[in-house]
Formats: sequence, structure tokens, C-alpha cells
Amino acid sequence: MIKQSALQPENAAFRETVPAGEYFLKVVKAGETVRILDLEGNQAADTLFYNAHNPTERYSVVDTIREQGNVYLTAGSRLMSSENNIMLEITADTCGRHDTLGGACAAESNTTRYALDKKCMHGCRDSWLVAVTEHEELGMTKRDITHNINFFMNVPVTADGGLTFEDGISDAGKYVELKAAMDVLVMISNCPQLNNPCNGWNPTPIEVLVWN
Amino acid sequence: MLDTPTTGTTTPANTRSPLYDDLIPGGSHWSFIMRRGHVLRLIDESGGANVGMLMYNPENPLERYNMPDTLKNQHTFKLTQGHVLLSDMGRVFASIIRDDMGWHDTVSGTCNAELVEQRWGKKTYQEAHNQCHRNGFTSFLNEIAKYGLGKKDLTANLNWFSKVKTDNDGNLSLVSDASHAGATVDLRFEMDTIVVLHTCPHPMSTAAEYPSNPVRYQLFKAGPVTDADPCKLSSPEATRAFANTALYHLFQ
Repeated sequence: MIKQSALQPENAAFRETVPAGEYFLKVVKAGETVRILDLEGNQAADTLFYNAHNPTERYSVVDTIREQGNVYLTAGSRLMSSENNIMLEITADTCGRHDTLGGACAAESNTTRYALDKKCMHGCRDSWLVAVTEHEELGMTKRDITHNINFFMNVPVTADGGLTFEDGISDAGKYVELKAAMDVLVMISNCPQLNNPCNGWNPTPIEVLVWN
Repeated sequence: MLDTPTTGTTTPANTRSPLYDDLIPGGSHWSFIMRRGHVLRLIDESGGANVGMLMYNPENPLERYNMPDTLKNQHTFKLTQGHVLLSDMGRVFASIIRDDMGWHDTVSGTCNAELVEQRWGKKTYQEAHNQCHRNGFTSFLNEIAKYGLGKKDLTANLNWFSKVKTDNDGNLSLVSDASHAGATVDLRFEMDTIVVLHTCPHPMSTAAEYPSNPVRYQLFKAGPVTDADPCKLSSPEATRAFANTALYHLFQ
């Protein structure tokens, strides 16, 4: 569902551009709104959310899609935690649909999906592993790397049980906006994948904006 | 006794006498280690079963069943015969070498205490003893704790004998009566694997009463996995996952 935001970027309390292949880590407080902006189009933003005070409570794909009764995320979707609490709600979306079944790329999944010799290509999981390792104060490890959201990615599920990766339906300037219902740690990998159309074969920067 | 399954390269070498045969009651949980080269047969004993399942590598439990990798590598939303169940390390925990039912769920998660209480009411151990209303979330935690694991290790699980489909707009529904008494799934383990099971209700079940359906499980020695194995050849992605698994076992 396409829904525009009334928030103006010039009024944002925080703005940061995240190049492809880098991670983004920030606490967004309850009541604040975070926008992820696809600057140049067709860019997957692989995103995980954690309870900022207890990262064992985290975004849960299965609880989110089951509770809303639909596999796609868009405006109105409530992102559920592993403890059955609402973490955030998508309050604006100019893309219309986001994937949460496809997971993230990793060195190891690159070997199975593309070729065994792709294992040394950079992947989202590597960005997250570096993120949690560089921030020991979070007390997080590979155990905390769970199933994510792929903002701006298009992974249609068919009625006969198929699943495909299609060209992105995003474009330059499209965005998704979420209002936090609890203090959340946002951990994004701006996807470096070069082997499939999820980034239009050309990974590009995103921008993250936060309004108080 | 079970009927002898159809012949073929994917069936267990010895199907007549399982190495072990056991029944898990409805609304219960159990776990064990499967060794590579063996088959775990799950049987919907009375029809309407739901079997929640998680998998970990006992050598390094940070390697665990990965729903997204399993689905996207095989371009599928459902799981059935011919598919492989992948870890997050690009390897095959198990191959589905037989499936009577055709469509198993791995995206709906599991029921928690709140969901069970809202739908079927609370039934404590004090009042109902082992017929109490257990939930899948607590059941998984109970079992994985035996291996030193906890909440951080929970992943999207499998729900054997439950069919969850979407329409063309992505709306999810649980198909009622998709399984039947005697429905059978054979999982051939390609790695040593911690297998965690529960028989608590599917989280989308609309049954009027708390569904309490047992699952029978049997263990067999598997036949050899040849280069013509249907699961190994089911997709280029599966073939590469088998290659990764072979590399893992290079020194054994």
C-alpha cells in the first residue's frame, strides 16, 4: 500500500548516508520515526531490529507475517518481536511492498546460490558479523543474527508454492518509514550483492533519517 | 506394521525393521541427535498432526537450520520430496527423500503461551498433569536448553504435516485436513544433527479444542547417496550444498 509521509527531511534530527557494503547501527527511541531512503533506486536494505535494552528480544519474521496474515510488509504492517511484542509499525511506504522471507546474503549462501568460488565476495552477514564484533558493548554475536527484512526487495510467492526473486520495484527516492513502539536497535546491512537483480546489479547508497 | 515403501534410490536401505520406533504424544516435546547416513521417518499417527522442528550442528550449534536459505536456494515456498533442508553455512542437514503429503510449512513459526491461552484456554500442569496445554515456543526452549542453547538460538522452524499457502496477494492461510493418518515423511540426514521436535498445535490452527495429535518416529540406516541421487540433483543449488557438505566431511 503506497502511503506518503508528511515528515520533511530538513526537520530530521539525524541523517546519514550508508554506502553499499557498509553496516548501520543506531538506537531509535520509542515514539521516534526512522526512514530508510533508496537514494538511487533498486537497492536492498537488509535490516534487523532488537530491543535496545535486551537484544535477545528481536524482530521475528514468522510472528510478524503470521500475525498480519500476509507475507509482504508495507504501510500498516506491525513488526513483531520474538517475545510477541510490537517493535515498530510501518507508517509510510512509497515502494508498496517489501520482502521478509528471502533472508540475507552470506559468503556461504553465495556458494550455493551462485557458484562455489563466490565464497569470498562480500555479503550482508559479513557486515553484521563485523558490526556486532566491533561493538562488543552490545553483547551480541552470530547467535543474534536472525532472519531479516529486505526493504525495497521484491520476492513474490505464488499460489502454487513457488518463490522467485524479481527485479526491484523500488526506484530513486522511494522510502519506507517506521515508528518505533519500543526503544529499538536498528542494524542495517546496505546490501553488497552483485550476483542477482536485488540491487539492479549495481549496489548504491541509502540514507537513514530519524525524526524525534 | 508399516507398508514397505516404494522402491527407489531415495528410500532407506532397510525399511522393514526400523532401528528404533517411538511415539511422541500430542502436545509434547522431545529431541535427539541424528547421525549422518540415517533416516528419520515421521508418521502422522492419527491424522491432523503438527510437528514443529529445529535443527543444529552438534559440533557447533551456531550452525542451524535456515528457512530463508532453504526456500530461496530452491525457489520454493513449500517443502516436499526432493527438497533439501539447509543450514546457514550452505550445507545440507537433511534431504526429504519421501513425502506422502506434498506441502509442509516453514514460515508460520510456532504457538506461544499467549496464543494457546487465547485460542484454547489455559490448562496448567496442576489441573491436567501431562495433558496440560503446552506451547511450541516453551517446548523448543525446554529441549534446546539440554544442549546449552537458548532464546538467541531459536530460528524459523518447520511445521511438518501443516500446509500453509498464500493467494496471489500474499495472504496466508492454513489448509485444513491437509494431512491424513499414516502420512509419512522420510528425512535422510547428510550431517550429524541435533533434532528438536514438538507436537504442539500449529499457530494458525482454528480447531475448537486444543489439537493433541501424536507423531510416530522411526530410525533407519540410509542407503548410499549416489551421484544420481534425486535430492542431490534436484537443483544446481542443492548440488553445490552437497559439495559443501562433502567438504565438511573431508577428514572423516
